[in-house]
Amino acid sequence: MKVRARDPKEVWQEEFESASVREDGLETSTISGVPLQPLYTSDDRPERAEEFPGQYPYTRGIHPSGYRGRLWTMRQFSGFATAEETNRRYTYLLANGQTGLSVAFDMPTLMGQDSDAPTSRGEVGHCGVAIDSLADMETLFDGIPLGEITTSMTINSPAAILLCMYIAVGEKQGVPASRLGGTLQNDILKEFIAQKEFIFPPAPSMRLVVDSIEYCAKEVPKWNTISISGYHIREAGSTAAQELAFTLADGMAYVDACIERGMHVDDFASRLSFFFDAHIDFFEEIAKFRAARRIWARWMRERYGARQERSWKLRFHTQTAGVSLTAQQPELNIARTAIEALAAVLGGTQSLHTNAMDEVLALPTDRAARIALRTQQLLAYETGVANTIDPLGGSYFIESLTDEMERQAETYFKRIEEIGGVIPAIEAGFFQKEIADAAFRYQQELEQKRRIMVGINDFTVDDEEPIEILRIDPRLESEQVVRVRDVRGKRDQAKVSNALNRMRKAAAGTDNLMPYILDAVRAYATEGEIMHALIEVFGTYTETAVV
Amino acid sequence: MPTATKPIRIVVAKVGLDGHDRGVKVVARALRDAGYEVIYTGLRQTPEMVVDAALQEDAQVIGLSIHSGAHMTLFPAVVDELKRRQATDIVVFGGGIIPDDDIAALKKRGVAEIFTPGTPLQEIVDWLRQRFPERAAT
Amino acid sequence: MRALARAISLVERRDPSVRRLEESLRDGARTPGVTGFTGAPGTGKSTLVDAVVALLRKQDRSVAVLATDPNSPFTGGAILGDRIRMQRHALDPKVFIRSMGARGHLGGLSLATREAIRLLGAFGFDEVMLETVGVGQSELEVAAVADTTVVVLTPNLGDSVQMIKAGILEIADVFAVNKADIDGHARVITELRTMLNMAPKGAWKPPIIATVAVRQEGIERLWEAVLAHRKHLQASGRAAALAASRLRDETAEVAAELARDRARKALEEDPALADRLLRDGTPYRTAEEILRTPTDN
Repeated sequence: MKVRARDPKEVWQEEFESASVREDGLETSTISGVPLQPLYTSDDRPERAEEFPGQYPYTRGIHPSGYRGRLWTMRQFSGFATAEETNRRYTYLLANGQTGLSVAFDMPTLMGQDSDAPTSRGEVGHCGVAIDSLADMETLFDGIPLGEITTSMTINSPAAILLCMYIAVGEKQGVPASRLGGTLQNDILKEFIAQKEFIFPPAPSMRLVVDSIEYCAKEVPKWNTISISGYHIREAGSTAAQELAFTLADGMAYVDACIERGMHVDDFASRLSFFFDAHIDFFEEIAKFRAARRIWARWMRERYGARQERSWKLRFHTQTAGVSLTAQQPELNIARTAIEALAAVLGGTQSLHTNAMDEVLALPTDRAARIALRTQQLLAYETGVANTIDPLGGSYFIESLTDEMERQAETYFKRIEEIGGVIPAIEAGFFQKEIADAAFRYQQELEQKRRIMVGINDFTVDDEEPIEILRIDPRLESEQVVRVRDVRGKRDQAKVSNALNRMRKAAAGTDNLMPYILDAVRAYATEGEIMHALIEVFGTYTETAVV
Repeated sequence: MPTATKPIRIVVAKVGLDGHDRGVKVVARALRDAGYEVIYTGLRQTPEMVVDAALQEDAQVIGLSIHSGAHMTLFPAVVDELKRRQATDIVVFGGGIIPDDDIAALKKRGVAEIFTPGTPLQEIVDWLRQRFPERAAT
Repeated sequence: MRALARAISLVERRDPSVRRLEESLRDGARTPGVTGFTGAPGTGKSTLVDAVVALLRKQDRSVAVLATDPNSPFTGGAILGDRIRMQRHALDPKVFIRSMGARGHLGGLSLATREAIRLLGAFGFDEVMLETVGVGQSELEVAAVADTTVVVLTPNLGDSVQMIKAGILEIADVFAVNKADIDGHARVITELRTMLNMAPKGAWKPPIIATVAVRQEGIERLWEAVLAHRKHLQASGRAAALAASRLRDETAEVAAELARDRARKALEEDPALADRLLRDGTPYRTAEEILRTPTDN
């Protein structure tokens, strides 16, 4: 007598349904609200031809050899107080194995203000290095050979100015611009959407970005002209799908603007780079990174008609999620960061910044910064995850989730298109509202304990030993003020005025502004002076707040 | 005629250059849901602007959010400006990236309370309710 | 300035001391010009008001802005964000900006607004701008109080002029088509003109002014249109008639407010009355009874 074998999936289904379910912290969706199945099987595997690393659409990675050819760049973002202090930290980190530099600027510098401006009071050197003129930039990179390292500069509205300063420092070191390598964040759209470090209105802001992309395509070809960012959008409270969609939409807006300028997509596309968040919901993040590569490749090839493979390949930097860190029991942040970094690596990031455990409270101490760097080295050399390419490829769960992220992103692209594009959507407050809603929803989930955050709404401790945090010496502000005034006093004032006048005229016209800014920078015009001159022509922007 | 209940008015702002407004917006919503009239004055406010707005709006409370590390300059500046405008009855509270040691110092300088990252919104609402028991219904 | 702010709070709260304040203000009180701005969210009203304020300040006129946002009917709370668009006037002592929550009162907004306007006049402001979000009945309330009502439209509202709420076209004394640098503004202007031509003609033909508030363009023409309307009101005698009818309306509203308060008080304090109402279920009879009953007021 034949016994019909039962379908094992059915068997599992039955057994699963009659099994008990734990009550604590079991969630049926990702942190972004994507519904999760308890189990993924071959039935969930999407219908598609098998994908391979280094092959369009690059879901499994842009290099055929993954990390076997080259590890990701360990690029720790840092900078504080003065150029001198920061130069010391860079030397320390390079000696400890960091492979690329990443510059954090202070708020006045990010906002285009000199350290002695009245609105800079109390803000100099607090969250990054104060750079007022080329003189500070020279100090920052003193003893650091620009021809041998790559540098990422996180700055947006005044990005063109800082890039010109970097080029000028290279000149002084005898390194031609064509040999300079690095990345400029320069992503003004996400400022309007999330980080709010905008100065000029959208149109002139975009003009400056396109100017820098156009200039670099010819003069600084190894430079990544823009780091199209999702990190800030995510940190402002968006979901993973929103981060993915809004970032790629911004990317497309930049491509459109460059094409409108008359550039051919293959001239600049390979130098566009991206910057994503690595949040704590592990698998969702991995799926997000993979979906990002696939979507971008498709759009570049199908919609923009890019013909060169390197134009299709999405390259990205990742930073572990600042918002996932807690002030309570901060040592836990080391574990959180490690897990988030692992997600970034399994997602195939090209470079990575890991947060230090004390960053909820202040800029990192040396010790905390070193632990953060060591975490990456642990991943690279002890865990073995870098030895197999895209190790999670083929997982029923990961492939299904990757598809889902892609679907959600495409839905958003349609909505943005309906509004008329990224800039109209910004002016209509579309992104800002999505983000504010998601942020509020998440907060409510935490407060209603529908979502657990260890140390915050569960597993709390009452008596915590305070950890030592970094304090910025307030004297540094007054020293920087003296320094910038000194620079102003010692330079050729006529040269500065002429350069600024020529720049102002060009700004009112359609010339590429980069050469004019470079001249002003070489003459030791301060950042504030350059920005003010541009504000005279471009005006400033006040956002319509969407709460 | 009987007086309508008086909602407490709170001016909520970000002082200084930093633009991270996720926290301040979430708090603004929570305060609104708790029945307060929240006047959101947005980003890049100077201490003078915030105090002036609080006076024009006849607000009882000022809430500030600072993530840039400049809190030791900016909070006292607001407190001092309130003194200058003879409005020290207005209560100042805040949140952001502010280490514990600084909280004690700020309170000495006249800030009523600081809520650090991770504070449940309900805690802020409860604190306000305690501070202003005569506020509006619900 | 704090005295003014506190007085306005009293007015918002419908505090009884308001009455005494009113009486003392009647004599010699200047009446500021009142211009209302209304329109759908996203039309840039606040920016437009900001631009008009800038223009008036150049002419050394003092200006107050009353911006109303709806309150949540459930919690009574509100987020009032209009000030943000007027940052450049922060710290100008001749500009006073006040956000008023509508507080869910039916008609309560216009009473508080009228009284606030009187206060502002008493404190010496030349012009008052009223700004409202344009949801619910708020634009009618603004029109009831303002000398001139400006309705603000923009090209990319997604829907055409026809979709705009009934009644809003009737209350407009001036149309501002803002964001006139966007594609489609010509179409909006044409559609508006067509609709106005079809509507019954009154003595005043509302001009349509194109503006780009963020660039301060069209603002002078807008203000000229407002002043022209004011002149028309004076010249045609409408101003006097309106003032009279408004005083009558206000009195009726105050009477309604007094009656409402009296009724609530009576129902709370007289259990017998409340019982009878519950048993017989006759709101009209009970109300008349309440109003007939003399009070010691």
